[in-house]
This record gives sequence, C-alpha cells and structure tokens, in this order.
Amino acid sequence: MDLILPDLGLLFWTGIVFCCLLFLLAKFAWKPILNAVNAREQKISEALDLAAKTQAEMKALKAENDQILKEARAERDAILKEAKEAANHMIEDAKSKSKVEAQKIVESARLNINSEKAAAIAEIKTHVATLAVEIAEKVVRGELASDEKQKALAEKLAGDIQMN
Amino acid sequence: MQHFSKLSFIMRKVAFLLAFLGISGFSFANEEKEFNVSEMIMHHIKDAHEWHLYGPEHGGTSIYLPIILLDNGLKTFSSSHFYHGQPVTIENKESGVSMHYVKGTGPASEYAMFHEEIYKLNEAGLLEFKGEHPHNAQPFDFSITKNVMSLLMGAFLILVIMFSVAKFYRKNGAVAPKGLAKFFEPIIVMVRDDIAKANINEHKYEKYVPYLLTIFFFIWFNNMLGLIPFLPGGANLTGNITVTLFLAVCTLLVTLFSGNKNYWGHIFWMPGVPVPMKFFMMPIEIIGIFTKPFALMIRLFANITAGHIIVLALISIIFVNKNIGWAGLSVPMALFISVLEVLVAFLQGFLFAMLSALFIGAAVEEAHH
Repeated sequence: MDLILPDLGLLFWTGIVFCCLLFLLAKFAWKPILNAVNAREQKISEALDLAAKTQAEMKALKAENDQILKEARAERDAILKEAKEAANHMIEDAKSKSKVEAQKIVESARLNINSEKAAAIAEIKTHVATLAVEIAEKVVRGELASDEKQKALAEKLAGDIQMN
Repeated sequence: MQHFSKLSFIMRKVAFLLAFLGISGFSFANEEKEFNVSEMIMHHIKDAHEWHLYGPEHGGTSIYLPIILLDNGLKTFSSSHFYHGQPVTIENKESGVSMHYVKGTGPASEYAMFHEEIYKLNEAGLLEFKGEHPHNAQPFDFSITKNVMSLLMGAFLILVIMFSVAKFYRKNGAVAPKGLAKFFEPIIVMVRDDIAKANINEHKYEKYVPYLLTIFFFIWFNNMLGLIPFLPGGANLTGNITVTLFLAVCTLLVTLFSGNKNYWGHIFWMPGVPVPMKFFMMPIEIIGIFTKPFALMIRLFANITAGHIIVLALISIIFVNKNIGWAGLSVPMALFISVLEVLVAFLQGFLFAMLSALFIGAAVEEAHH
C-alpha cells in the first residue's frame, strides 16, 4: 500500500531539486542553447535567402549582358554595313569621276590631234606645191636647155597633136 | 501483493513446463526458507535509507545514508543505527502473526524502523501493532533516502551535461554543433518544435519551452539511471508516486496559471451548448482539470515501476528454481525487457512533456469562432 502513498520527505526534496534544476537550466543552459540555435537558424535562413536573391540577380545580370552583347553585335554589323556602303559609294564615285575625266582627256586629245593633223596637212600641201613648182621649173629648164632639145620637144608635142 | 503471488505461480508453471521439455535441470527441493519473489521485488522498487551495493540483503555492503528527522528539533544521524540496530520480534497474541522491526541504537534509540518507515517508540520502548501496521507516532522524515540521493545525482548529471552543451554555444556562437552539443541539440530542438510549438499557440509557446525541456530531461535521465542496476542508478525514482505526483502537480499549476478567459469559459460555461447542458458540463470539466494530471502521474509511475518489476521477476526465475541453468531463459528475457525499457525511458519523458504541452496549449488557446 505504501507503494502508492506519497512520502513527505521525498516530496520536499523533489520540490527543491526540481525547482533549482528548472531555475539553473532555464537561466544557464536552455537560454544560451536556444538563443544560439535560433541565431543559427536565422543565419541559415538569411543565407538561403541571400543565395536565392544572388542567383536571381545573376540571372538578371546574365540576361542584361546577353542583351548588351546582342546590341553590340547589331551595332557592329550596322557599322560594318555602313562602312562597306560608304566604301562602295566612294569607289563608285571615284570610278564615275575618273571616267568623266578620261573622256574629257580623250576628247581634248582628239581635238588636239585633229587640229595638229589639219595643220600638218596644210603645211604638207604648201610644201608639196612649192616642191612641184620647183620640180616643174627644173624640168622646164632641162627641156629648154639646147636647141635640139627644144626642137625634139616641139616635134614630140607636134607628134602628139598629130596623133590626136 | 496478491497478483505478485499469482505472477510467481504462473512463472513456476512456465518453469515447470520448460523443465519438462528438458531445457534445464530439475531442482525443486525446498527444504530451506523459500525465496520470496514479491518481497524481494517490493523491496527493490521501494525507497530505502541505505544504498545496497553487494552481498546478502542483511549483512552485505551498503552505503548508509543520512537520516534527517524533524521531531522537536532537527535530528540527524546515520541510518546504520537502524540497519545495525537491535532486531525485535513481537507476536500478536490474537492472530499469531509475528512482526519484525528494528530498534535504533545510539542517537536513534528513541526510534524504530519497520519496512523503511521510522516510528517513535512508546514509553515501554516498543512499537504497538494494530493489524499489520504500527500505530506509533511518526516523526517528519526528511532523510536523504536512496531516491533523494538518486534525485541529486540525476540533477547533477543533467546540470553537468547541459552546462557543457551551453558552454559550447557560448564559446563558439551560432555554429554547427560538435560533441555533446551535436547529440543533445536535435533532442532540444525536438522538444521545442515537436512538443512546444506543435501544441501551444505559436506566439506563446516560447515561455513554456524551458519548463518542458526541464521536465523531459528530468524524466528521461532519471528513467535511464533507474535502468542501471548498480550505484549511479538502481533507484526507482521516476517509478515513485511522490515524484510523479510532484511533476503532475507542476504541470497542473502551469496549466491553471496560464489559463485564459477562453479556457475558463469552456470549463464553467461551455459555449455552443444549450443552457441545461452547460450546468451538466461544468462538473465534468472541473473533474477533467484534475484527471489529466492524475493520468500523467499514474502513467509515469506505472510504466517505470512495471519495467523494474518485470526485469526483477525475470531475474528471479533463477532464484525461484535455485538452478543457474534457468539463466539461459531469464537473462535473454531480462535483456530484451531492459532494451525495451531504454525505449520506454525516452518515450515516457516524451509523453509527459507532450501531454503537458497539450494541456498548456489548450489553456492558452484563443477562441476561434
């Protein structure tokens, strides 16, 4: 029967020991332990949040980089295209300008040649006329140098007339 | 007492059958004084004023614990004055039953001890028996008994361990735990999350965590100490009704002082039921306040005491049959029960804390309708 009857002495000691234990543990054990555990949990959840945030930021940054790269590429292409066009334009321009110049040169050369030619022909004409007169003079003088010759000539001329 | 003799009867029957099957030798000779299983078991699960170490029950080696009596002033002396006292036998003339008790010597000469209870002697220097119990006056006994000693050692152990765990965090801050802290942190977090947070309102639970942690570790550590059969353990502290009564009263007081308007409303004037029912529910709810901690008290007491009884009863098989061969049966069975008791030691601590949290949770719950 005394197994299920409370004992005053033990109740007294249990009360004292348990209350002291509760006080000491609460103040010097549970408080620092739980504080540390809570602080660590806080730290871990903050770290996780930060990691997620950083990841999102990285993703955004990468997208931005891609965008910038794309834009840069497009710009480069545009610049290249423009440069090419400008070069083509310049070449085309130079070509057409030089053509015109060449034509002009050719034209002026032809005009020059023609005028030179005309001058040369005119000179040759005068020269030939002079020469012909000189030759005729010499021939006439030769023909008419002696009497026999004059007689032969006259006869010949007379022969020609007769024949006709 | 009755069911213990029944138990020993059943055990003997089982033993007989096994002996018949040839598992063990046959030795039922009972010439000498019969080994009394129930007396031995009751002696072991009850409190004592000595700590028996080894050797025979009377005349073996014991630590004699201090006796502190409050009887017209404080009286302190060693319990050896009883254990090495003067044995007295009184025969009851009517029933013919003889009673044995020990009269103290030296400073204890005014007292006598009967079944670990201390009584004052009458003028004739005797105990007067009425039936099976003496009706002499008893001094207030605040002795450091075996259970008190065990209580002090258990508390010391918890303090040393938890202070060293706390020291780790104080030294290293909020880092991953190592060593003792690594072992105890999950358990502490379990009490906080699965016991306190799960049962008590999220905004109020923090206040009760230290109490629940203390009660859990107090019960668990003392249960484990009780499973050790020699000195640091061996007392049946958490299987003592006084200890479980105190713990249950603590939970009751915490519950009552935490009770809010909603809680008391549900007890004295149950909302949502017709008025006649309100009157009918009130006494039931008032009784309910006390049955809950009462169940806590009985559950812990019965579980731990039963565990000790089963282990002792299984070991007793050897001594009942007076044959070492029975150890082949009794030791594996006692080992199995002991391992089970390791689980029960944790489980009972967990349950006590869990149910305490549940009661507190019900007391601080806000109305939600």
